[in-house]
Amino acid sequence: MAARARGGGALGSSADEHAAVVSWLREQEAKDLLRFVAIGSVDDGKSTLIGRLLHDAHGLYQDQLSAVRRASLKGSTRGAGSISEIDFSLFTDGLLAEREQGITIDVAYRYFATDRRKFIIADTPGHVQYTRNMATGASTADVAVILVDARHGVIAQTRRHAHIAALLGIPRVVACVNKMDLVAFDRGRFDEIVDELRSIASRLGVEAIHPVPVSALAGDNVVERSARTPWWTGGTLLDLLESLPVADEDRDGPFRLPMQLVLRPGLGYRGFAGRIARGTIAAGDEVVALPSGKRTRVAGVDVGGREVPSASAPLSVALRLVDEIDVSRGDVLACPSAPPVCAAELEADLVWMSERPLDPGRTYLLKHTTRIVRAAVRVLSGTDPETLAPAPARSLALNDVGRVLVTCRAPLLFDPYRRSRRTGAFILIDSVTNDTVAAGMIAEKTKRDGTADATTRTQVGAAERRERLGQAGVLAAVLAPALEAARELAFAVERELFDRERVATVVEGPAAEAAGAACARAGLIAIVPGVGGGATLVVDGEVASSDPGADVDETARAWAAILASRSGASP
Amino acid sequence: MNALPADAVPAHEPDPRVDRRRLSHLRALEAESIHVFREVVAELERPVMLYSIGKDSSVLVRLAQKAFAPAPLPFPLLHIDTTWKFRAMIDFRDRFAKDNGLDLRVHTNHAALAEGASPFAWGSNKYTQVMKTHALLDALRAGGYDAAFGGARRDEERSRAKERVLSFRDRHGQGPKNQRPGCGTYSTARSGKGESIRAFPLSNWTELDVWQYIWLEEIPIVPLYFAAPRPVVERDGVLLMVDDERFPLEPGESPRIETVRFRTLGCYPLTGATRSAAATLPEILREMIEATSSERQGRLIDLDEEASMEAKKREGYF
Repeated sequence: MAARARGGGALGSSADEHAAVVSWLREQEAKDLLRFVAIGSVDDGKSTLIGRLLHDAHGLYQDQLSAVRRASLKGSTRGAGSISEIDFSLFTDGLLAEREQGITIDVAYRYFATDRRKFIIADTPGHVQYTRNMATGASTADVAVILVDARHGVIAQTRRHAHIAALLGIPRVVACVNKMDLVAFDRGRFDEIVDELRSIASRLGVEAIHPVPVSALAGDNVVERSARTPWWTGGTLLDLLESLPVADEDRDGPFRLPMQLVLRPGLGYRGFAGRIARGTIAAGDEVVALPSGKRTRVAGVDVGGREVPSASAPLSVALRLVDEIDVSRGDVLACPSAPPVCAAELEADLVWMSERPLDPGRTYLLKHTTRIVRAAVRVLSGTDPETLAPAPARSLALNDVGRVLVTCRAPLLFDPYRRSRRTGAFILIDSVTNDTVAAGMIAEKTKRDGTADATTRTQVGAAERRERLGQAGVLAAVLAPALEAARELAFAVERELFDRERVATVVEGPAAEAAGAACARAGLIAIVPGVGGGATLVVDGEVASSDPGADVDETARAWAAILASRSGASP
Repeated sequence: MNALPADAVPAHEPDPRVDRRRLSHLRALEAESIHVFREVVAELERPVMLYSIGKDSSVLVRLAQKAFAPAPLPFPLLHIDTTWKFRAMIDFRDRFAKDNGLDLRVHTNHAALAEGASPFAWGSNKYTQVMKTHALLDALRAGGYDAAFGGARRDEERSRAKERVLSFRDRHGQGPKNQRPGCGTYSTARSGKGESIRAFPLSNWTELDVWQYIWLEEIPIVPLYFAAPRPVVERDGVLLMVDDERFPLEPGESPRIETVRFRTLGCYPLTGATRSAAATLPEILREMIEATSSERQGRLIDLDEEASMEAKKREGYF
């Protein structure tokens, strides 16, 4: 293990110490942060794997090592047959209670660095009754490392954990087939398990899994390549962790700033403070305050009391606004051309975390970004732990996963979880005990204009309107880097649609989205121009870009065709 | 009918203004810490920051200042003074509070002092429990505080590895099974009667991160962290600094001057010094990088019993 110099870089002992430290600091500044969660069944050896990773990556300090040696001698829980002198799991199994039981009962966080990255590990419990803690550890992870015991292969608990990891939208999954030493490093056994994991992954909608055959106890393929798996051409676990890209899709999304609090140190300064959940903001950008719908521009962006030209997720900022508009905690400042969904009724996947089962007859507190509302929860379906298919259920008990319908007293401003883990997640709180009882992930399929429907008293149905107009209403956004360009495109699309005998209108001005939505409800094709990355048409969450080189008329024709087909068959 | 989409800037058309450089781990940690400060201040009535004078406290104060700038800190600082702190710590504390315009409140368990509480007379266990743990709980109760920020890091000690960023303590301490899962959303959700919240904005920082940040941000710290000639005696392999005349020297024992520094600070009779020539930040950083022993090694209170920190956590100590 000493062959590879890892663990934070080394300094020469040469003369200019100061310069050496400074250049080392620069190197550190360039490192990014990867959070991963280790999940698996109770005996799969997660804690041992993490201990091995920390040890071999030189992340362990010497006195921790000797303290663990002492504890290993006092009474290892892992019993006989251990081929290692050190019980690696003692590095992470911290609490007394679990040392007595020999299982991890709470999420333990560990930190280490290599020359390329800093890592935060969440070591999560594998025992069935602590699945809720697993969900906690997994909720912020970039990578899930799923452990499978090579002797037992995929078991029910593995499926459950894979399911939760998929629900939590962890972008990348590494499958560690552990205890390969106990199956004589048999390639056939490894392939068999990987095949089964892949079939589960594809059923769960996980794009790719990265397998690696390891022995955590003996160290094979954890940090060092194993001579005992000559058939394995892939890298080690650490190779994977160092090379998997860190997801930062939130930085490219449309801007959202859930308001935490307003800083008012005195006359003249009002800073709207929060952590950017998605996107980027710069002075001069237009923002819409939701749910009020009031628009203004950003006068300045401050990070830690200093003005910066722009800031992206996940930075904590304070925005100064041009106009004095009322924005308070729980509101969202957002990109006006692509605001979040505003709805009081939504579908979500729920991981139930409380000993007391979900009670559809009562209400819970729902905390979503910085907003807390009262909500009732109805179960639509549970999950069969074997097949992972939806199964009938009326309630959810501890560690159950299900699809629910949530009805809030006030609307939430959100994005579906698949698009944003920050603005698509919520927790449910028991208002009597103040315990967190569930973690929720908002589904794509959501009644988007629930509040609008609730307030409208129209007696004219959508079908009647379609009959009359010969088309269905559509709401579309036309985006371009500059507003003027977006307007030009929007009016060209309107003209094209008119020539195709469609009823279309461009909607502009304050609260254009709300007005556009009303037009669409009335059966029109409503086109809202706005500022966005490139020339883009957005309809119902789907996106079309203009062909490179296409002029305005060509783009307008192509987009009008899309909108015409969206609004139904020709009249 | 189709509604306006949730998403308009597509993934394949990235916002050209986005800084393509990856966010460095320190800026990511900073953003997370600021978020925690703001969330607790927004949701709770009477927060307080536990100020220990150490380097982590200095960083904590800087992060809090960033969270609320240009406004002053919206909460006071509370220091539990055992009267056995290094004199240099108290000097630093008072100057730091003045320079930064901090509302510093100091609490001491005077009743126990009158009974003769001292680390020498009572032993580190009983002394720590009375002068630190009890004093802290008394001060929190007396102040009516419902939230307390602390500078604990998960990398410090094994039982702290499981501490949540927000942790709930009832009147009697806490049970590890009763912690509320957070799932990325911080559940402060108003503490119940008799409960208070401990918030740890530095949870995900490592010792090295803290030092790097002190360097980058030029954050003032107590001079004891830097090597200097100091009077010490060696007991059971631990170097103790003779900071004042209350230090009872054993027969034949006399302090000698050695060049030492401290990696953590606490009560001087309970805090071991390290032989070191690192007198500047780059030298300390260099020592850190090459460190082979973790920082709590110098703290005698942890050596008293296996999992001692966990026992103290149950009692409400940080």
